[in-house]
Amino acid sequence: MAETAIKPMTMNFGPQHPAAHGVLRMVMEMDGEVVERIDPHIGLLHRGTEKLIEYKTYLQAIPYFDRLDYVSPMNQEHAFVLAVEKLAGLEVPLRGQYIRVLFSEITRILNHLLNVPAYAMDVGAMTPFLWCFEQREHLMGFYERVSGARLHAAYFRVGGVHQDMPAGLAEDILDWADKFPAVLDDIESLLTENRIFKQRTVDIGIVSADDAIDWGFTGPMLRASGIAWDLRKAQPCDVYERMEFDVPVGKNGDCYDRYLVRMEEMRQSLRMIRQCLAEMPSGPVLSDDRKYTPPSRGEMKRSMEALIHHFKLYSEGYHVPEGETYTAVEAPKGEFGVYLIADGTNRPYRCKIRAPGFAHLQAMDYVCKGHMLADSVAVLGSMDIVFGEIDR
Amino acid sequence: MNEALKELSDHIAAAMGAHILSSEIRHGELMLRVHRDAVARVMKFLRDDANCQFKMLVDLCGVDWPERPERFEVVYNLLSLKQNQRVRVKVSTDEDNPVPSITSVFSAAGWFEREAWDLYGILFSDHPDLRRILTDYGFQGHPLRKDFPLTGFVQVRYDEEQKRVVNEPVNLTQEFRGFDFLSPWEGMTTLPGDEKVKRNDD
Repeated sequence: MAETAIKPMTMNFGPQHPAAHGVLRMVMEMDGEVVERIDPHIGLLHRGTEKLIEYKTYLQAIPYFDRLDYVSPMNQEHAFVLAVEKLAGLEVPLRGQYIRVLFSEITRILNHLLNVPAYAMDVGAMTPFLWCFEQREHLMGFYERVSGARLHAAYFRVGGVHQDMPAGLAEDILDWADKFPAVLDDIESLLTENRIFKQRTVDIGIVSADDAIDWGFTGPMLRASGIAWDLRKAQPCDVYERMEFDVPVGKNGDCYDRYLVRMEEMRQSLRMIRQCLAEMPSGPVLSDDRKYTPPSRGEMKRSMEALIHHFKLYSEGYHVPEGETYTAVEAPKGEFGVYLIADGTNRPYRCKIRAPGFAHLQAMDYVCKGHMLADSVAVLGSMDIVFGEIDR
Repeated sequence: MNEALKELSDHIAAAMGAHILSSEIRHGELMLRVHRDAVARVMKFLRDDANCQFKMLVDLCGVDWPERPERFEVVYNLLSLKQNQRVRVKVSTDEDNPVPSITSVFSAAGWFEREAWDLYGILFSDHPDLRRILTDYGFQGHPLRKDFPLTGFVQVRYDEEQKRVVNEPVNLTQEFRGFDFLSPWEGMTTLPGDEKVKRNDD
């Protein structure tokens, strides 16, 4: 039989493809069904967040952080308020810190509850998606009760959080936390030993530990490659140093390990949620430094000074002393950092947002080389890509 | 924490002193200013030296300071997993002089440098693929420069007659309102209000 040479083919993937997790366009060079090179074209969701923040006061900048990675909004607010607090030298009351950690962990579960089933759906499983979204509904209900919004919370403030939790919320979260492990078990029973799921993910997209570091991987992507690195342990912010939790680590650095790491992270987050609720003291949730945080309504009615503070804070905003900082938190997707330059005015001079997904997606070409076309979808799903943060 | 950073700073200065312009520790973060031409060598040292081991390039970005003689700064944020420390390296450049690319030291630098080129117009020499990354195909200008207006120059719409998306000059029904909250009454270094009048003229 005569050998026929197959002409390399250039294929366009996206930007409107259900497995592209948003608006990703990839130009793929294929040798038959094997991927030779992937050139991801990003920026289709570029909104100029960093530029907009330079024209807004510090308070007005917070809602932009919800809209970056729109499935883990509060973690990103956390990074920004920590950066400003560092420059301003603000202390956060203990209860405020606990609430922030509590909601950071709720957000982590919220994020993984989207990524895990969406990834499973990419490789063929439908049911987990429906089950997880039912749970997301409960969590977004908690979001709504605490901040008034189900998605774009804008709840964290420089100096604490906007308001205390409403009465009864802590009990309801605890109640949910008791029921949730059973749901996780159900999801695992569908996926972890599932033959199809394992065939699609085991030994696909292996990243070695050294390469993961070289490509700037963080979060579950790094941990799945066998490196026990978690900013919550290594550089704890707020009350994370009081939390007891384990850092799950993968062995092989393949797509399957990334799934396992995320599943275990949800259980660990649940532990932290329980600890927060058990240990949370009563007291103020927002710093009482009136140059940064507004007075209470009642105070405003009685005190002239409080009224002036309120007016100044909501028109001019506060001035952050000159300086710069790079502050990062462990967001569900990896290290989310804010490089903030303050010039002493009421607006940031420069606010660079370091999104974990940006570094992950960059390695797409390296990870997928030599894999089949269908595997590139599994790799993409395991990377936990959300375009809000990558395109900014 | 600061003691360890001071030690680290001294260690780097001892080995790479010739390439380092200045170093400072503020807010518990170490920052080094480095000669533009030596940036790749310093990065390699920071990555490979046993006492540094900054093996991860976490972030790379540009900053625009229009009033400086060399208006751009490139800021590298490195992380050492072994030492659990961060270091920030800065080089300065202008529109014409390229910064040596560090893609050969950190693979992760590729897209970050493309982003700095796209948003600021900072050139990187020896970069394997210095294309725009975040802005639209065919975009003109570098949007994060301080002299680039927030509202941009072009707007995009779908033209029903031509059956395609067209670019046209931006047309605002209301001017973008930049509220200037920097009160002329604070400080009183010059006659109050004078500098604001001037600013409104040009």
